Amino acid sequence: MAKRIDVSDLNVYYGSFLAVEGVTVSIEPRSVTALIGPSGCGKSTFLRSINRMHEVLPGARVEGKIVMDGQDLYGPDSDPVDVRRQIGMVFQRPNPFPTMSIYDNVAAGLRLNNKKMKKGDLDDLVERSLRGANLWNEVKDRLGRPGSSLSGGQQQRLCIARAIAVEPDVLLMDEPASALDPISTLAIEDLMTELKERFTIVIVTHNMQQAARVSESTGFFNLSGVGQPGRLIEFNPTEKIFSNPDEKATEDYISGRFG
Amino acid sequence: MTSTSSSRPVLRRGDRVFAGTAKGAGILIMLILAGVTVFLVVEAAPALTAPAEDIPGGDGLASYIAPLLFGTLLAAVIALALATPLAVAIALFITQYAPRRLAQGLGYVVDLLAAIPSIVYGFWGVFWLAPKMVPFYRWLEDNLGFIPLFAGPTSATGRTMLTAGLVLAIMILPIISAIAREVFRQTPTLHREAALALGATRWEMIRMAVLPYGSSGVIGGAMLGLGRALGETMAIALVLSVSGGITFNLISSGNPSTIAANVALQFPESSGIDVNTLIASGLVLFVITFAVNMGARAIVNRRAEFSGAGS
Ligand SMILES: Nc1ncnc2c1ncn2[C@@H]1O[C@H](COP(=O)(O)OP(=O)(O)OP(=O)(O)O)[C@@H](O)[C@H]1O
Ligand SMILES: [Mg+2]
Repeated sequence: MAKRIDVSDLNVYYGSFLAVEGVTVSIEPRSVTALIGPSGCGKSTFLRSINRMHEVLPGARVEGKIVMDGQDLYGPDSDPVDVRRQIGMVFQRPNPFPTMSIYDNVAAGLRLNNKKMKKGDLDDLVERSLRGANLWNEVKDRLGRPGSSLSGGQQQRLCIARAIAVEPDVLLMDEPASALDPISTLAIEDLMTELKERFTIVIVTHNMQQAARVSESTGFFNLSGVGQPGRLIEFNPTEKIFSNPDEKATEDYISGRFG
Repeated sequence: MTSTSSSRPVLRRGDRVFAGTAKGAGILIMLILAGVTVFLVVEAAPALTAPAEDIPGGDGLASYIAPLLFGTLLAAVIALALATPLAVAIALFITQYAPRRLAQGLGYVVDLLAAIPSIVYGFWGVFWLAPKMVPFYRWLEDNLGFIPLFAGPTSATGRTMLTAGLVLAIMILPIISAIAREVFRQTPTLHREAALALGATRWEMIRMAVLPYGSSGVIGGAMLGLGRALGETMAIALVLSVSGGITFNLISSGNPSTIAANVALQFPESSGIDVNTLIASGLVLFVITFAVNMGARAIVNRRAEFSGAGS
């Protein structure tokens, strides 16, 4: 079930280094939100603070508030493990578990949530998730093979299948197609369009056309200089960002007149 | 990319020197191994062909070596069974749970265990550990005596097979835990984060990412430890009270010796065919150690496809 995310006054730190400052934004359910901006401006950092993956690094911490449908994700009785079960994540580099088969990769999250699932139910869910990730036809005859035996694009779709298998409320994707060829990239973009019916999707991308193609809203991050924190400069519907942005910096970046 | 027409690849001098040195070292190792094998076979040959009455014990070579071989394997297996889980636990604690300062100190202490000479372990085993274990063995005999392993009667000195296994376990602990620590530390962040992002707790992350990634390394470390345990001489010679044949009774005073300890204890008073017999037992140990290593390699290779080493 897709959920809405409200971020207010978010500061994200690595130790004493303030990497992202003062982000306030509302992310709509059942839509794709794209985050764009130059390298090092804190897109990944912001994304990882949404599912509390940021804090797994030593010294990393977050100030401010993120609320998902009324649930304060950084509240005193909020468990990061629960947050991550509700907010799935797909990484830039495909990272299937190399020691697990294709089947077990998809089942990994399900087994965490529900230890005593019947074999038949598990089979169904694995198939449904692989179909959802448009991978079923390619792997249905070799579910027992290692996940690392797939091509890069297939591996990434396997990771998407693994993430959607647990039916998260939100799906975060950090440059999910940047290591892939154009065909696999299109496959993943199509997939996002399908998945947004069921999930709230936030995607980081360096590819402007991709942001324009898949997203409803776009946020532009920027930083004023080296060592300065990144900020969310503009957040608007994608059409507006790409045709008539409010900020000069956004326009410069999109039209390639940046830096 | 244009291909040059030269028929022979150009070899620089440095490359040639290095290739030559590497090849030479490889050949040298093979020669040494072959030399040891030839020596063992030639020196063991008289014992292999001698009539049974001439072999110590009077029942032939096989019945002389069998209890020794059994004792060797039993002590080593006990050591491995005790040390491996403990070493893995220590390595996990150091790499996954402990704060950095504590982790460093602890790792250092465990490594120091490897620097203690085996004779010291032997003395420690005899004078300190063995007597301390006696009440525990009594308890085992009283409460778990129905299990043949703990049938007793309990040795009054505590110099039992189980004590020997314990001392060996502590000796091989640093090898296994050092290797486990290294492989656990190298678990790719990518895989750790994949597990965490699915909502795994730390322990679940360890089970999904760290342990599978490190398993072949741990097996390799355990086999190194097993190699040391099989060949360990002085500690066993001191700790184990020997008077008996093949038995699974771990807490009595009637234990088989091990091949290496037996050679160390018997060799000074041996001559003639007795020496050949001892060398024949050494040949058996050599073959066993070899087989253990081959087995370990096979296990590691069989898992290679799933190990992530290639990705
Ligand atoms: N593990 C870390 N420790 C310390 N600083 C970090 C760490 N990861 C990132 N940073 C810093 O935080 C800032 C934001 O980095 P982040 O990875 O979020 O940028 P990004 O927008 O995702 O860039 P890219 O487009 O290149 O992926 C950078 O200044 C970076 O150097
Ligand atoms: Mg990034």
